[in-house]
Amino acid sequence: MTKIDTSDPANALPTPSHTVGPFYGYALPFPGGGDIAPAGHPDTLTVQGHVYDGAGGPLPDAFVEVWGADPEGHAPQVTGSMRRDPASGGHLGRNGVEFTGWGRVQTDADGHWYVRTLRPGARGNSAPYLSVCVFARGLLVHLFTRIYFAADDAARAALDADPLLAQVDAGRRDTLIARRQADGTYRFDIRLQGEGETVFLEFT
Amino acid sequence: MTPTQADIDAEVAAAHAAYEKRLADGGPVEHQPRRDYAPYRSSVLRHPRQPPIAIDVTKDPELVELASPAFGERDVTALDNDLTKQHAGEPIGERITVQGRLLDRAGRPVRGQLIEIWQANSAGRYAHQREQHDAPLDPNFTGVGRTLTDTEGRYRFTTVQPGPYPWGQHVNAWRPAHIHFSMFGTAFTQRLVTQMYFPADPLFPYDPIIQSVTDDSARRRLVATYDHGLSVPEFSMGYHWDIVLDGPSATWLEEGR
Ligand SMILES: [Fe+3]
Repeated sequence: MTKIDTSDPANALPTPSHTVGPFYGYALPFPGGGDIAPAGHPDTLTVQGHVYDGAGGPLPDAFVEVWGADPEGHAPQVTGSMRRDPASGGHLGRNGVEFTGWGRVQTDADGHWYVRTLRPGARGNSAPYLSVCVFARGLLVHLFTRIYFAADDAARAALDADPLLAQVDAGRRDTLIARRQADGTYRFDIRLQGEGETVFLEFT
Repeated sequence: MTPTQADIDAEVAAAHAAYEKRLADGGPVEHQPRRDYAPYRSSVLRHPRQPPIAIDVTKDPELVELASPAFGERDVTALDNDLTKQHAGEPIGERITVQGRLLDRAGRPVRGQLIEIWQANSAGRYAHQREQHDAPLDPNFTGVGRTLTDTEGRYRFTTVQPGPYPWGQHVNAWRPAHIHFSMFGTAFTQRLVTQMYFPADPLFPYDPIIQSVTDDSARRRLVATYDHGLSVPEFSMGYHWDIVLDGPSATWLEEGR
């Protein structure tokens, strides 16, 4: 039916996406999935938020993947985000020393998620950002967005020069910028639809 | 009021006709489902209404999305691709092997990347707390696997044939038997989560999730092929399914597409 003759690139047509559904819980989340930063690293930041639907309700069955550069702006090529225990077959999680740059975290019953990661360095023409991919029941194709930071005047100046942010209507730009909270964490809510809808991205 | 199958069938047919009209009017082939697909009710409040902002990756090869997280031997154990060996006993059901290749849009193998799968047991029940279908749990089957693709982009899983299951979005809603797949490419832009189906499943016309892929040939690409040569004598039935990741990658960029 669909055995693809891979000797002909013309036949290598994309496999369609499908929803992740509600029952990925034994397969995809893993312990420490959102604890991306090596323990005690001085350049650690915590980003937290909720995922909301078009009626303002929280999503208790979404997950978020976060992928970012290290503080020097290098894209890590380090394995071991979900290290396994060869004896039990269970998850060991990260070793707390190496930085893989990638994490995966489920929303809880309140639709809340968080990651602790290293502050990303700038790459290319862009202001520093974390890349985000959102998955949920009901979402037939995952959604990409970005988390930018506006901690100080230098950071805000970098945002003004960012090529993606320049493409976004001024009224929606704030949906891509995490807000610093009194407790020092950054708040980044993801609104899938409606008022304050997050800006989502398509790579071409 | 819970919709009937006839309600859903009518909406599926209307969405399909609307796509055929877009094509006839010169619109592009749509390889991916639209996020706004009302026959799948959960999509109604969970799709953005604003169009996405397009990022032309050729303008900046340094985008972190053009790199991908790395996975390796420490992230999988040797038995992770055999879902029949994760408990003391053998799971109940028809044993199957599923194998194929992970490719990019140019047909090139994606090497050493992570594939994760999950599925219902042979009775159509997930080992998940929130799953309320009263089919039996199998103490010898969790239904979770992972593997790394080899140097040719190949993967292989040993498991049991999953059963179809009811899901309650409309009266008499049944999902065709499927295995969920999650893949990484050479770029984060190529990330893919999807579902693999089995040949000639009679539930296909009734399932708004597979029908959300309105292009007929794209939808057929979600269906594995029975391959007698892959069946293992006295052991298992063999299925072949190749996966092609969409989305631009850095290699695609180097070659000017
Ligand atoms: Fe399923």
